[in-house]
Amino acid sequence: MGVAVRVIPCLDVDAGRVVKGVNFENLRDAGDPVELGAVYGAAGADELTFLDVTASSSDRETTFDVVRRTAEQVFVPLTVGGGVRSPEDVDRLLRAGADKVGVNTAAIARPELISDIARRFGNQVLVLSVDARRCRPGTVTHSGYEVTTHGGRTGTGIDAIEWARRGAELGAGEILLNSMDADGTTDGFDLEMLSRVREEVRVPLIASGGAGTVDHFVQAARAGADAVLAASVFHFRTLTIGEVKDAMRAAGIEVR
Amino acid sequence: MSTPTVTVLDYGFGNVRSAVRALEHVGADVTLTADRAAAESADGLVVPGVGAFAAVMEGLRAVRGDQIVGRRLAGGRPVLGICVGMQVMFERGVEHGVESEGLDQWPGTVELLQTPVVPNMGWAHVEAASGSTLFAGVEDERFYFVHSYGAREFPLGTTEDTGRLTAPRVTWSTAGTGEGEDRFVAAVENGPLSATQFHPEKSGEAGLALLRNWVLSL
Repeated sequence: MGVAVRVIPCLDVDAGRVVKGVNFENLRDAGDPVELGAVYGAAGADELTFLDVTASSSDRETTFDVVRRTAEQVFVPLTVGGGVRSPEDVDRLLRAGADKVGVNTAAIARPELISDIARRFGNQVLVLSVDARRCRPGTVTHSGYEVTTHGGRTGTGIDAIEWARRGAELGAGEILLNSMDADGTTDGFDLEMLSRVREEVRVPLIASGGAGTVDHFVQAARAGADAVLAASVFHFRTLTIGEVKDAMRAAGIEVR
Repeated sequence: MSTPTVTVLDYGFGNVRSAVRALEHVGADVTLTADRAAAESADGLVVPGVGAFAAVMEGLRAVRGDQIVGRRLAGGRPVLGICVGMQVMFERGVEHGVESEGLDQWPGTVELLQTPVVPNMGWAHVEAASGSTLFAGVEDERFYFVHSYGAREFPLGTTEDTGRLTAPRVTWSTAGTGEGEDRFVAAVENGPLSATQFHPEKSGEAGLALLRNWVLSL
């Protein structure tokens, strides 16, 4: 019993268009996040995540419109992350139809942002996204995992395990743990890091970065992930959501 | 037959847009408002809700939601509470050690779930009450839950306890697994008052089917 392990496709959206490429047949417009979101919804995605990578603030309105149109036709939870800096940003996204909001860089500079958001909207809306990379234990950080910014290029000196623990304490309802070392490699999730964070936090844990085969998803669930997130393997149809779930089910993991 | 009218109570809490769209999708004529006359006269009233129990109650009272719900139920007019909108139908909620009064339509306390991972977030099966209207055809499906608190007991007798058809039909679900399991109320059907702890508007086809069942019962 209990909840099933969630499988979550993630779309990078820039000025209302999906970037990082999508290779699907039978799409009217492969760059339309709304259409792709609906396809994933029909394919059994347990949630959708949009990562708004829009650089210019003038294009932000487009993001709200995308969220609005997606929420009108996809009846599974929708998380939107990227560029969230204040409770007002959260409010706008929720009003547009997002169910949860991802917070990353702004919370590193100002951890109280986490508690501000949680107090106003409840813990369940807040996903703390942690981009972590490995370092030698006891050097930059005690645990050997460091929080990064700028897509993993810039170190912060903050211990990633400690940050996840603190984020949950401040009111994050979920931790999205993204391995910057594994990201894009398709060599599998950073299982060691997942287990370490699992030991430290009681909130649900989403594994991200490194998915390449169905076995990787099984391993992440066994390492304690409550949800597994992936982008390219789904966009390029290396794997379908159905295949991932079949493999997890066969391994004795509860899936929807 | 004319299209049933549904008011989704707009009091500042809950992802109301999704609820509105999902109800429209299953054939209701939906209005999003806090207007008392509209809320009292619609064929069905939906009370959404996310966030903290105390804050939701405050928001509800500010639009006189307590009276709207009370009047409707006294007249046998259907109300559907969703998530915290269900929790506030109980007598009280306890969050962070603070006790708040609910709408008190049912005895019982909404309290922190006793499971290793909180919030309880994701898709779970339910033990659908026998004879349920809401779960007709979707008894074996999973629904989307996201909550840290729940009603872990239902002190009022249920149909299954008492054998009386007029008693509430209570549907249960379980958070956590093995040693860390905790059972809580997932849905209640009690005359005109129905409620779900999960989000039917976010539960894909199964959730839409449940909402359709409710709309068709109006």
